[in-house]
Amino acid sequence: MPSNYYLFLSLALFCIGVMGVLMRRNAIIILMCIELMLNAVNLLLVTFSRMYQDSNAQLFVFFIMVVAAAEVSVGLSIIVLMYRKVRSIDVNILNRLKN
Amino acid sequence: MNAIIVSALAGVVMMFTGLFFKKSGQVQGVAILAVLAILAATGYDYFLVSQTNRSYFDMIESDHYTAWFNVLITACTTMYVLLFHKDIAKVGRNDAEYFALIYFVMSGVYLLSSYSNMLILFIGIEILSIPQYILAGSDKENVKSNEASLKYFLMGAFTTGILLMGITLVYGATGSFDILSDRFSVQFQNTAGLNAMSFVGIMMIIFAMGFKVSAAPFHMWTPDVYDGTPTAFTPFMATIAKVAIFVAFIKLFHFSFGNVNDAWQMTIAAMIVLTLLIGNITAVYQQSVKRMMAYSSIAQAGFMLFAIYAFNATSWNGLLLYSVAYTLASLGVFAVLIRMKDYTYEGFQGLARKHPIMAATAAICLLSLAGIPLTGGFFAKYYVLSATVEQGKMLGLVVFAVLMAAVSAYYYLKVIMSMYFKEGEAELTEEPNGIYHFLLILNAILVIAIGVLPGLILR
Repeated sequence: MPSNYYLFLSLALFCIGVMGVLMRRNAIIILMCIELMLNAVNLLLVTFSRMYQDSNAQLFVFFIMVVAAAEVSVGLSIIVLMYRKVRSIDVNILNRLKN
Repeated sequence: MNAIIVSALAGVVMMFTGLFFKKSGQVQGVAILAVLAILAATGYDYFLVSQTNRSYFDMIESDHYTAWFNVLITACTTMYVLLFHKDIAKVGRNDAEYFALIYFVMSGVYLLSSYSNMLILFIGIEILSIPQYILAGSDKENVKSNEASLKYFLMGAFTTGILLMGITLVYGATGSFDILSDRFSVQFQNTAGLNAMSFVGIMMIIFAMGFKVSAAPFHMWTPDVYDGTPTAFTPFMATIAKVAIFVAFIKLFHFSFGNVNDAWQMTIAAMIVLTLLIGNITAVYQQSVKRMMAYSSIAQAGFMLFAIYAFNATSWNGLLLYSVAYTLASLGVFAVLIRMKDYTYEGFQGLARKHPIMAATAAICLLSLAGIPLTGGFFAKYYVLSATVEQGKMLGLVVFAVLMAAVSAYYYLKVIMSMYFKEGEAELTEEPNGIYHFLLILNAILVIAIGVLPGLILR
């Protein structure tokens, strides 16, 4: 199968992730969309790795996974902290800071 | 690169310190020793570095410039820890962990200043960012701090995704992550030979970096996050962490994308115009000095972008000088601000009569931020702008920047007006002691010393 297909698939996934982050208002769903973006990148890296016969890109994928896990653990705890205070995970309440 | 290891170890040591020492004073003592150890490590690195040398499987590349940058930025961090250690410990109950997070950020700073592989660029940015999300939310009881943290996290994680896509597309075009490799120089030889994939990749990296350095139009998070973050951490996030990303920025764009500068310079120029305009004009309308400083940090980022835009040796020196001058001046202003009960302009009224040393330091630092001669900010602005003049393109940009510097003088001088020429009772949260006064005077002297002898910093 040509690598073009994977390229377009991962770009499509990436765009879905970006649109989700921009349009959804629930913090957990935004987090999931960010994960979708990262996984689109992972898929693309593996494709390129096969295209160039170069294992560095696969190594990069492992680093992305590890960092994403660290990021999500911090992010979820921030969301929990927020939920305890305002009993909501809607990001529209963030506008309160502007006043 | 001992500094990377020492700073990461310092973070681990600080976490254990929280376990074994119960008194906050002891924790702060260990924290000061730790930052001095990191400073010593960067000094040792500078002493060792001869020419460019690459280590860690060619992923880290240190030369005179990065080693000297590390020394300077660590000296600024030492100043920050000395000035703010009491306030950092007072933010919440986990005093040792705050210092640990700050030292983890420092190891990210060293990775960013000396990477030569895009993997390290990514990891450096993450090591720099993740502790900052936690620091922003460290005042757990305060809803503003929680919201700042959540906003910063969502924006930061989103940006990471875009940065990764940019890196991947550049990898797809070149087949290498090594920014100094032959494959990079072949792919990025001239603008005509640039394919769509690498162009989109470069643009995505610019947008992601723009987010991280709070350049417009990606600045929306900055005022809210800097305002909501506990005042003890705002100066760290606005200066040291931001400056490190600028060094990563200039390294990537001048080393690897240098020959295709026609493709990205216009984007940077547009970002400069927007950043200077939005940062300066919005800062004029702020009521709170803390929020004004947040907008001013956007405006200063606009000036630092000139170092990326201009493409010669002067811009590297200019960035070095700008980093130090901006960091020291901001630290001075925040050191005074954090002692005030009321963060509005009214809160500063009459400070000069009651506490002349605090008012004088704040005035010198504010003048430096505005770029008045004889302070560090003047030569910093002079160097980044003259780098652009040397390049000879888009001189209107320089004229615009000078005009915007004049606008910035308005809101900086407004604070000085409040302190010196308005009657009032400026109230402090805590009476200043001798050590605090000494550090403030030292900071003011350093700001003036850079303004009189910029050669001390330049390399």
